[in-house]
Amino acid sequence: MIEMKTIRIDAKGIHYTPLNQQIRAAVADGAEEIILDNVLGQRFIGTGLKGNVLITINGVPGGDLGMFMSGPICIINGNAEHAPGNTMDSGMLVIHGSAGDAVSHSMRGGKVFIRDNIGYRGGIHMKQYKEETRPILVVGGTAHSFLGEYMAGGLVLLLGIGKEKSITDRGIGSGIHGGEIIIRGEVDDYLLGVGAKKFKFNESDLERIAPVIKSFCEYFKLDPAEFLDTNYTRIAPESSRPFANKYVWE
Amino acid sequence: MTLGSVPPKFKVGIDRDQCMDCGRCIENCSYGVYHRESDKILIESRKCTACLRCVAMCPRDAITITEKPVDYRSHPIWTREIREDIIKQARSGQIILSGMGNARDIPIIYDRLLLDACQVTNPSIDPLREPMELRTYIGKKPSKLKLRKTEIGDIELETKLAPNLKLDTPIMIGHMSFGAISLNSHLSMAKAVKETGTYMGTGEGGLHQALYPYQDRLIVQVASGRFGVNIDYLERGAAIEIKIGQGAKPGIGGHLPGEKVNDEVSRTRMIPFGSDAISPAPHHDIYSIEDLVQLIRGLKEATEWKKPVFVKIAAVHNVAPIAAGIARSSADAVVIDGFRGGTGAAPKVFRDNVGIPIEVAIASVDQKLRDQGIRNEISVIGSGGIRSSADLAKSIALGADAVYIGTAALISLGCRVCGNCYRNLCPWGIATQQPDLMNRIDPDRGAVQVANLIKAWTLELSELMGAAGINSIESLRGNRDRLRGYMLDEGMLKILDVLPAGA
Repeated sequence: MIEMKTIRIDAKGIHYTPLNQQIRAAVADGAEEIILDNVLGQRFIGTGLKGNVLITINGVPGGDLGMFMSGPICIINGNAEHAPGNTMDSGMLVIHGSAGDAVSHSMRGGKVFIRDNIGYRGGIHMKQYKEETRPILVVGGTAHSFLGEYMAGGLVLLLGIGKEKSITDRGIGSGIHGGEIIIRGEVDDYLLGVGAKKFKFNESDLERIAPVIKSFCEYFKLDPAEFLDTNYTRIAPESSRPFANKYVWE
Repeated sequence: MTLGSVPPKFKVGIDRDQCMDCGRCIENCSYGVYHRESDKILIESRKCTACLRCVAMCPRDAITITEKPVDYRSHPIWTREIREDIIKQARSGQIILSGMGNARDIPIIYDRLLLDACQVTNPSIDPLREPMELRTYIGKKPSKLKLRKTEIGDIELETKLAPNLKLDTPIMIGHMSFGAISLNSHLSMAKAVKETGTYMGTGEGGLHQALYPYQDRLIVQVASGRFGVNIDYLERGAAIEIKIGQGAKPGIGGHLPGEKVNDEVSRTRMIPFGSDAISPAPHHDIYSIEDLVQLIRGLKEATEWKKPVFVKIAAVHNVAPIAAGIARSSADAVVIDGFRGGTGAAPKVFRDNVGIPIEVAIASVDQKLRDQGIRNEISVIGSGGIRSSADLAKSIALGADAVYIGTAALISLGCRVCGNCYRNLCPWGIATQQPDLMNRIDPDRGAVQVANLIKAWTLELSELMGAAGINSIESLRGNRDRLRGYMLDEGMLKILDVLPAGA
């Protein structure tokens, strides 16, 4: 096995700008793996970062982790704050814990895996162009309101592990005009937002998302067999123009 | 239908003696007013929008268009427009969508402000002979400078300066997105700003590859829909603008009708083909002023603190304290968009009723920032209804650093302000994504027209300044002593901090 070039950075007491400068310098220096220790609330880690680097974050990063990020894989051994994966382009965030509001806001590509729960507005405004880019957000636990609101593309998968009902907050997929939200088990009708519609989850859907489930389980050491059935609800747009009937021309 | 039809808005006529039957009107009208039946050109007046494309292209001046060919019973309260809006809504139960800026006939403050000139006691300056300094820097200015003597006795600047944009003239072109307007319109304007040493906004529709050669003259926009935003886009721009609000529709998001979302637009925005591009009312990662700081710093962090970040807000009642908050948020410039600002599509009730005039917004923001001693922290860009070099000069005298123009730039490309921008049928090739219509604009020729407009206004601004004995834009900025109000009430004069004419 070839040794990866690893750089270790102690983030204790460092402001986010010099921390990001050190990360960028390490990537420019050819680092394949960066380990950040003692991370405590530094915002914008990996913001705008490009390249194929594996970043392990030990601690709790601050808001906008991996914002505009393009390429890197970040493994977070802790919770994350507000909007990890905000407008992320490609790459991956694997969060061993929970995250705050607006997770994967406007995400354009790549994957965000959250072991536990997320706050409000998860996956809001996620985008996609054809099949070339398909952002994926997987949440192991549950989510608060407005999950997948205004979605224009991508996949939100919510597994509801350890919950009686995967989700009990309302406003799921309001204004959704592309992409899909897949939720483990049944979803009460009153939780759906305007423009969102429930569809039957069938074998071909399972075939499509099985690789995502397997990958998620691998990262968090779960048995994928538990999740490989059709006990899901698929939520997708009622139409591609949910607001077309709201307006009349002057 | 018990409501019947409303009278046509326009009546189109062809002078059959003049007409040479060339059919250019048929070719040019994308609304389908004209068609040929046997050997006669027939007219469907009801389809006409008065875009005047046919009139402009008719070689014989044979076409006449008359507005409101059918009279309603005149009434001061129940105007034709109000009656027709009610009929439309009785039919549909829907929100009325409109294009272009505020179309209400309410007094324009610019027209009631008069500029000063020198007579006898101090001489005016001839801009032909004397240099006129119009160069404008947009961005933070230090409150004081620290200098250091080097070993060899030179003086060096020790203060670290924030990144600024250098404008040769205080006129920029505001944000109109690819999607709302055509690529050829964008190209025309991008070439023009490059030539005239200024900048233009991209709007929130991403950055088409064809615009890359002009990227050092482009301000890239990050709006609530985050369309087209990635690190490459941010790095290409000369500056980044966060759009919080727009003068044509304060408080609500953008709406690009699905008719305009073709494959190119679908790709740059990353939304399904033919679906409406919806920008939400708020940014969903900004629910407070602290969150705005977070996005500004996030954008700066992503681009390594090399680019100025602007924040654009609609001019609303509390615009001054909001701008003061923005000045403390790490932003480098605040763009204030007045209620006459244009749009591709906005609910009419917003376009015509929400927000305040740009003139008062500039004055109150400039005053508030001065009062708080933070005017140097942020540049002020005024926009929304700047129609001429006079409006430009008055805006600067009221306290703006520079202005954005939008509609004026489109008029220089051929727009006749027909206000049907949302239909994707713009016969002038501006507000459309149809290739045959878009190709009616040759970007090289379009660029000359837009650049001509900017040059002409710049010349006029120099003349106005020279006449007032001012040879530097810095001395005009916030110089309200060189303005007088005419037929403005006392309250308004107080807000503008301008004396009445004669005083």
